Amino acid sequence: MHKEYLMGNEAIAIGALAAGVNFVAGYPGTPSTEVLETVAKRNPGNVYVEWSVNEKAAMEAAAGAAYAGARTLVTMKQVGLNVAADPLMSLEYIGIKGGMIIMVADDPGPISSQTEQDTRTFAAFSKVPVFDPSSVKEAFLMMKEAFDFSEKWGTPVIFRTTTRIDHGYESIDIPDENEYEKHGAEGFVKDASSFVIFPKLSVKNHALIEKRNAKLSEVFSKDPLNFILPETGNRYKRRAIATHGINYTYVTDVFDGREHPEILRIATPFPFPEELAADFLRDKDEVLCVEELDPVIEKALIGVCGKYGLYVKIRGKLTGDISPSGENSIDSIAEALAGFLEDDDLRCKGTELKDVPDLPVRPPVLCAGCPHRASFYAVKQAMKGQKTFYGGDIGCYTLGNAQPLDMCDTCLCMGAGINIAQGIWRTEPDTKCFAFVGDSTFFASGITGVINAFYNRAQLTLVVLDNSTTAMTGHQPHPGTGRTVMGQVVEKVSIEKILRAIGLTFVETVDPLDLPLAIDTIKRAQEEDGVKAVIFRSPCIAIERSSSKASVDKDKCIGCRKCINELGCPAMILEGGKAKTLSSTCTGCMLCEKVCPAGAIKEERMQ
Amino acid sequence: MQTEKDLSQVNIVLCGVGGQGTVLASRLIADAAMKKGIRVCSAETIGMAQRGGSVFTNLRIGDDVKTPRIGSGKADLMIAFEPAEAVRMLPYLKEGGAAVVSVDPIMPVSAMVGTSTYPTEEIIEYLKAHVKHLTLVDSAKAAAELKSAKCLNVVLLGAAVRSGCLNLSEKDIEEAINKRLPEKLRDLNIKALMYTAKEGVTDHENQ
Repeated sequence: MHKEYLMGNEAIAIGALAAGVNFVAGYPGTPSTEVLETVAKRNPGNVYVEWSVNEKAAMEAAAGAAYAGARTLVTMKQVGLNVAADPLMSLEYIGIKGGMIIMVADDPGPISSQTEQDTRTFAAFSKVPVFDPSSVKEAFLMMKEAFDFSEKWGTPVIFRTTTRIDHGYESIDIPDENEYEKHGAEGFVKDASSFVIFPKLSVKNHALIEKRNAKLSEVFSKDPLNFILPETGNRYKRRAIATHGINYTYVTDVFDGREHPEILRIATPFPFPEELAADFLRDKDEVLCVEELDPVIEKALIGVCGKYGLYVKIRGKLTGDISPSGENSIDSIAEALAGFLEDDDLRCKGTELKDVPDLPVRPPVLCAGCPHRASFYAVKQAMKGQKTFYGGDIGCYTLGNAQPLDMCDTCLCMGAGINIAQGIWRTEPDTKCFAFVGDSTFFASGITGVINAFYNRAQLTLVVLDNSTTAMTGHQPHPGTGRTVMGQVVEKVSIEKILRAIGLTFVETVDPLDLPLAIDTIKRAQEEDGVKAVIFRSPCIAIERSSSKASVDKDKCIGCRKCINELGCPAMILEGGKAKTLSSTCTGCMLCEKVCPAGAIKEERMQ
Repeated sequence: MQTEKDLSQVNIVLCGVGGQGTVLASRLIADAAMKKGIRVCSAETIGMAQRGGSVFTNLRIGDDVKTPRIGSGKADLMIAFEPAEAVRMLPYLKEGGAAVVSVDPIMPVSAMVGTSTYPTEEIIEYLKAHVKHLTLVDSAKAAAELKSAKCLNVVLLGAAVRSGCLNLSEKDIEEAINKRLPEKLRDLNIKALMYTAKEGVTDHENQ
């Protein structure tokens, strides 16, 4: 046992390792990524870890391992669960042998996601039991409970977190490596009547699942994971609070030392611990549900009131006491509690600020030297004056939407850009349609889109932005990189060969930083018929450090601002009417040199 | 300078722009507090905002701390790597709290291409008028004299330690640097830690 200052995701990974996990698979996605990375980093040597091509592949591979009795962990962000929904929905009907935890990180806000979906709701939909920890320490401790629970009941378990747990840090006690549990897998035992999902099996197992979940509601009512924190003092008596996850810690922080009402903390929102909730509700007049994302507990309590014939007013998101969307904060919860308990002292008293100066907005931008900037600029120049559509996708390159590049007309979900471009072209055939996709997204869910477009004779140019890494989530390897998360060197999967095998005849690979060639290649591509592909290959600037910088000759600079206005590079500023590069930020990609009409920008070698 | 505070808990807001090194500064504080056996927890921005967006860390030290996040008006100390970000996070600083702020603005692309503004003077004056114990750090000068722009985090941390609000000493942080950083970076960072003890800093006290 020793103490470490750990990120929630690290604590979850160590919790899995300490519980003897055998098999870990996932796909990167903020805020879940560090779980799998930590398993890989702290692997005692006997755990198999992989970045799968997408969440569906990860879920299916883990299901296979769990069928064979391995303890398995699958990691993903909330929208990743949508990709893995197909195996998940069916897997619950089959069940597992080795403990299986599906760790899904929700992103209230959202801070780095497309949606604010609540995995607690997904758990109820898929009928899979779900755990929802309130702190880093609890997330660590709950992993072992979740594995034991999963094996005991033969069901996968969803381990649902939110960003503030995943990316929160806490100093906690964790076991040393020699204290980790060892878990052996007995192997797959053939039994077609249990593992082959025919309607007959589904009819039988659906009934069993419903019966089991009713039983689990009773089990969870007695489990100390769900508890009632007793009232301190006796001011509030018939008023109480129900909460979950990180919100529980916000609520207790607001009261911090003051008298508080009874607080019901729910850590297993599905199957909902109804009996515990009924006991809690019996002597209350009003309960405020403090929840983030969906009103899961709120609706469950309303249901319990109806089922048990209790007359309690349930307040929360449905009554407008808590915001129906967005991330909660200590301030927003303090405000809700002050209103509910009619106590102004509970409000946060922030420094009242008046006449605040206009603050600059800081939307995230492509890094200085990012090759995507060059790729977007090349396409923009090549297509100047023409009617175009630029389908974007999920990754750093979504940031190409910002001014001045403005090169991302749509972004929906992983891999959607190619099919959307196809749909736009079918509806508006005089539009030159482009679809931008990153290398990792191409492997995750872009390939089927290309096949669909090719098979259905679409007219579009696919632009693969290949920076040879999964950049946005922190540089994970993928099938095109030739290495795995376990450090093995493997054969690279070639994007060019895949595209040619599909049947594309125009497949050209160019360095986007060679601007004239990049522009020329795009021009030639879009003149061809059918689906064409240009692969812009240049490594992510965050992994490939450069040894030069751009420098502006003040005397030659004519102050036209073209470099600033057309590229939007964070390393380029205007000083005294002239362009200037920030030497601490510039990486010497020299795109600005190619844009400068006065020849004022030159490369400077660093020692 | 010493602020009136409850010694059982220290709440710190660190803020800046993605990529400035706020994370290392919070790690060093956490390491130093843990060495003393005190519980530490924090919440920080990781993800898309790191690409040049506004980032913050809430860091809380104390055995009875309930949550990593900090409510408005509850921070004892703010360490701001950028002046506009300091103003943005000012509501979190308690009345009478202290702030250590780097005065060098980081111009967002939006200000350069004209979709947003950056009134530098006004921002600094605003901080002077609204923060009770304000330490302004000339980080450009520090970077030039230390011959590195990479240790701004530790320069600011040094000023924060000397503000007296952290309950940690220069020696505590020095030990954390020695423990966490590779040997070749230690001398530079220890110099950075001590930099504002002698220069590059202006203190403003409001009544």
